[in-house]
Amino acid sequence: MKFNDKNLNKVKEIMARYPEGKHKSALIPVLHIAQEENGGWLSTEAMDEVAAVLNILPIEVYEVATFYTMFNLKPVGKYVFEVCRTGPCMLNGSDGIIDYIKEKLSIREGETTPDGLFTLKPAECLGACGYAPMMQLGNHYREHLTKEKVDAIIDECRRNAANNN
Amino acid sequence: MKLLLEHAHVEGIRYYDTYRKHGGYRSVEKAFKMTPEEIVEEVKKSGLRGRGGAGFPTGMKWSFLAKPEGVPRHLVCNADESEPGTFKDRYLMEFIPHLLIEGLIVSSFALGSNMTYIYIRGEYAWIVDILEQAIAEAKNNGWLGKNILNSGFDCEIYVQRGGGAYICGEETALIESLEGKRGNPRIKPPFPAIQGVWMRPTVVNNVETLAAVVPIINNGGEAYASIGVGKSTGTKLLSVCGNVKKPGIYEIDMTQSVEEFIFSDEYCGGIPNGKRLKACIPGGSSVPILPANLLLKTAKGETRTMSYESLSDGGFASGSMMGSGGFIVFDEDQCVVRHTMTLARFYNHESCGQCSPCREGTGWMYKILKNIEYGKGKMSDIDLLWDIQRKIEGNTICPLGDAAAWPVAAAIRHFRDEFEWHITNADEAQNRNYGLAHYADPIHVPAGA
Repeated sequence: MKFNDKNLNKVKEIMARYPEGKHKSALIPVLHIAQEENGGWLSTEAMDEVAAVLNILPIEVYEVATFYTMFNLKPVGKYVFEVCRTGPCMLNGSDGIIDYIKEKLSIREGETTPDGLFTLKPAECLGACGYAPMMQLGNHYREHLTKEKVDAIIDECRRNAANNN
Repeated sequence: MKLLLEHAHVEGIRYYDTYRKHGGYRSVEKAFKMTPEEIVEEVKKSGLRGRGGAGFPTGMKWSFLAKPEGVPRHLVCNADESEPGTFKDRYLMEFIPHLLIEGLIVSSFALGSNMTYIYIRGEYAWIVDILEQAIAEAKNNGWLGKNILNSGFDCEIYVQRGGGAYICGEETALIESLEGKRGNPRIKPPFPAIQGVWMRPTVVNNVETLAAVVPIINNGGEAYASIGVGKSTGTKLLSVCGNVKKPGIYEIDMTQSVEEFIFSDEYCGGIPNGKRLKACIPGGSSVPILPANLLLKTAKGETRTMSYESLSDGGFASGSMMGSGGFIVFDEDQCVVRHTMTLARFYNHESCGQCSPCREGTGWMYKILKNIEYGKGKMSDIDLLWDIQRKIEGNTICPLGDAAAWPVAAAIRHFRDEFEWHITNADEAQNRNYGLAHYADPIHVPAGA
């Protein structure tokens, strides 16, 4: 993977936010960009590209990418359902939502549907406790989930995928 | 009494023009007529305590900042809101982003930070866009950049997105993460005020804390301190979740009783579906859970109020903490064992792995709680859990160890019979919950109960 020009400019803009010589600070924001460009996960090649652009050692990138939950080190589906299951969401029925998604998509936690569309990734507290149960989908939250809402979200994703192809 | 959320419901308050029309950025105009020392003094006088959870006096934290000649200093805003039950900073940033930016400009001036960072949890991705737009608006209107309002002071604010790690809410882990490293907390001393980000003197403050600087400067520290009660000055944002009729964000002056806060229509509106109150975690998942009877009244039988002091009345034996203000309410149908298990899993997942008591201990606690929850527990497990949490508490570099130990300890301390019932009635416990037992709220007894 190589950054496209648009993303490379974004990376350079981020690197300029820190004092001189402290551009390693850009690592986490840049990993987000790399993951997005690489189809939702970080391959070794993608991490090596990040190391090259930031002029740091590959190991400095690997040790960070493996630490943070948001970085996927294996391929994921086009739509990743990150359903919160920590205490406050549990009090409002997140277990039932996770079970429903598993049944509806015939996948287990951490798995991707054979068509490559959906991954179920149970998450720990995402800061939406008052609007539980909830999931993160891409850069946004879907809150006050019910089985009907889950159905609608799955339909919406399928429609979007069909329109993009 | 609303200081932070006074204009929260004004349409368009997210954008500069509306925010400015409602008195926005006045505190910056006022602050630039003061010296940085005078601003720190006002914040000291206000009695403002850190709103992230620890409650450390903000003015005192600011006065610790080292100022060696020729070394740049930095202000970092902690927006890594990740404590289960807490979602107040998100609300502030999402709906009134300029309030944070305004507080950051004043605070940056007071501390001498020309490059200020907002470290925001990576999952709040859309809020990054909202904040960056607000920063751009502020800059276009002359509140950021070079020589702001001809004061000679330069300031830029940058938003830094994290990668998903609870531990980065701990200030030294946040600093490591901001430097592009794993979020491993540092050993203190040196404190960030001496050697923080890039080994430069650094102040790390919570979003709500920095927003509170705006009314403190506008109205004066003494006026702020006159609100509230005792050492709980000013207003506090509470994020309410769990089983209440009206979950959400409330700004209170900390004088309300806990009973009024939960049951009055002005706040949470009571427990839905005709259920009764069983328990509550009043300050985010790390603080002790209290059964309804100890929540509403202290062990001495006094009315418990929503202040720092009253919530912690009785210490950990019979009290809890204000913490981050993440207020989690349990109705009679909830299972304390299962809830504690989810918290143990959370802390195990979020432990950075540096200190063995936390790395190993959180995993052991999760495994044992899972066994109890799924009907494979032994009576000796309860004492084993107690023993493990005691050996984690106080034995780690950062407070995540304590934060993981306290919820388990409090659940056993106050709900031991529920744990025992889970173990002795393993099959039944798979199909129904323990229920209210003697934990019921003694004040609100429905007719016929």
